Amino acid sequence: MGDVVVQADGVAKRYRIGEDYQTYRTLRDAVGGLFSRRDARPRRAEIWALDDVSFEVSRGEVLGIVGPNGSGKTTLLKLVSRITAPTRGVVRTRGRAGAILEIGTGFHPELTGAENILLNAAVLGMPRREARRKFGDIVDFAGVGPFIETPLKRYSSGMRMRLAFAIASQVEPPILAVDEVLAVGDAEFQRRCLDKMSELGGAGRTVLFVSHDHGAITRLCTRAIWLDRGHIRAEGNPAEVVRDYLHSIASKGGAVELDIDPGSPAGVRSVALVSANGDPSTTFGRDQPLELRLDLEAFRFVPGLDVAVQIFASDGIRVIHEAWLDESRPPLPEGKTLLTFRMPALLAPGRYVVGVRVGDAAGNHQAREALSFEVLPLPADPVDGRLRITQPPVSWSATPL
Amino acid sequence: MAATAAPDHEEWIENGPSGGRLGRAWLTELWEYRELGAFFAWRELKLRYKQSVLGIAWVLLQPLLGMILFSALFARAVDVPSDGARYPLFAYVGLAVWAALTAGVSRAGEILTEDPNLVTKVYFPRVLAPAGTVLASGLDILIALLLVGPLMAIYGVTPPVELLLLPLCVVGLLLVAFAIGIWMSALQVLYRDIRYAMTFGLQAWLFASPVLYPSSLISGDLRLLYFVNPAAGIVESFRACVLGTPLYGPGIAISAASLVTLALTGLAYFKRVERSFADRI
Repeated sequence: MGDVVVQADGVAKRYRIGEDYQTYRTLRDAVGGLFSRRDARPRRAEIWALDDVSFEVSRGEVLGIVGPNGSGKTTLLKLVSRITAPTRGVVRTRGRAGAILEIGTGFHPELTGAENILLNAAVLGMPRREARRKFGDIVDFAGVGPFIETPLKRYSSGMRMRLAFAIASQVEPPILAVDEVLAVGDAEFQRRCLDKMSELGGAGRTVLFVSHDHGAITRLCTRAIWLDRGHIRAEGNPAEVVRDYLHSIASKGGAVELDIDPGSPAGVRSVALVSANGDPSTTFGRDQPLELRLDLEAFRFVPGLDVAVQIFASDGIRVIHEAWLDESRPPLPEGKTLLTFRMPALLAPGRYVVGVRVGDAAGNHQAREALSFEVLPLPADPVDGRLRITQPPVSWSATPL
Repeated sequence: MAATAAPDHEEWIENGPSGGRLGRAWLTELWEYRELGAFFAWRELKLRYKQSVLGIAWVLLQPLLGMILFSALFARAVDVPSDGARYPLFAYVGLAVWAALTAGVSRAGEILTEDPNLVTKVYFPRVLAPAGTVLASGLDILIALLLVGPLMAIYGVTPPVELLLLPLCVVGLLLVAFAIGIWMSALQVLYRDIRYAMTFGLQAWLFASPVLYPSSLISGDLRLLYFVNPAAGIVESFRACVLGTPLYGPGIAISAASLVTLALTGLAYFKRVERSFADRI
């Protein structure tokens, strides 16, 4: 690995978090602080988002980063792209590292689509000449041609997203750090996003890629890192790292409480997997239906609020991905809602992980690998060693002709 | 398709806990990102002249209405001197400079906090946002001064030769707006309630600057002290340039020194704290 282009050396990042997660101070605090004794001020909690993390990335590698929420994945991308500075340690990059942590940064509603393309491209570090050259592609890709001279405030949120994504997908710094930008929602976007990732990987770009789509990590990445509470827990072959990570997700008797990030307008409080008789369970015969109960809480009405359930096989392949809004179901209301997800007997024997996502058009509010469960073979099943993902109850019949 | 990384992209860029000093590496980086600075200026212009119904008229109307108001009030009731110029012209130039200056300072102050994602989701040398925003004030003052022509014609005044130095005055104005704007920008990220103090501060600053009265009202050493306020130097320079009023040399020197000090300390402070912006905004 001679040609190292990213080097993290004992990197640690501490965040101070006040009671209400307010991280800026007010002048009043500062002036007040002059007159009060130090320990009279409210103690601020400290969180080490990353602690003593070291790794290297070589030119042309696509490094996948997996781990539960709050494990420091996004912080790592912010350090590589210099958005924030480490508390200890050093990150070095050979050449500029661009980050796509959200799409549409710097968009202004009063400016036209065309103006916003140039502006957003500049904010993402694309030289103006390049932006002008790619302008046509961006407009075509976003499909906003007729509205390009219309102020952005007249765009639908879908159009705005498509435009933002089209720009982001054209940014090609030597080193690219991408956070899982699009999650719940448009499948077409997700496909394009992944296409773009594999294209970049193929073109010899160096990419750092954070995702909960474990299948994509396995497919696209040349190497993966598993972050757990700010530490690197495993590193190496993506398929193995993903498998180990998914294996680590405890079943906890079929029910699990989830945390909702402060500031999120909505999230799932708890997830329970229940068997046909209504009891939480983590083992199912392959002929048994599955039922998943999600306690959703929306602190206010969120337009376009969507909840998705994903089931991953132990190698990271996504077997199931279903969202509430898929079949134009009614909007999810404010307050607490019990969502019940039912699925017929389908899966082949093996271990699976349930992922839950909550989001809206703006992006994810919550993405968790919630719990794992085991599908057991039927007593009559022969040990055949065949590789398969699904094994629903089937029937055979033989009719003499 | 082949990666055509320029040699300068191949240098190691370091992100460590220390750093944040003014230096050559920083200047090189600013140069690399210069287009983004221009974009901030361009966006500011677009928004300033697009968002308000009155558009350009607003830039003219603000000092014009002020001029009418203060001429009627001050010049008649209190008989404020105006260094030999007609008071309405005197007030118009002062108010035009003042409007451009304060627009620059307050927009530079709020540019980072009004869209925190610029700080938390992307990287660029942060100073470019307030710096670019301030540039838009250059156009403000040029447009506002266009009205001085007709006004001078009305009052039968001919422009002095010093008018040729106008570009220098505009650069000076931008520097003053930048020096103070950059302080406001950094302070507003770190102390969110400074906004409220700023509203009051700008008002107080108006009365401490020779906008509606000449600095010649102040006598002796006090007048030197008065020019520590760089706005004093720039307002009187504009007037000398456009109306040919006498310029107080020692005062201008003090204003210039004060401006350089404010700009350099502001840059150093901004640079030192900008690395924590993303965590604190």
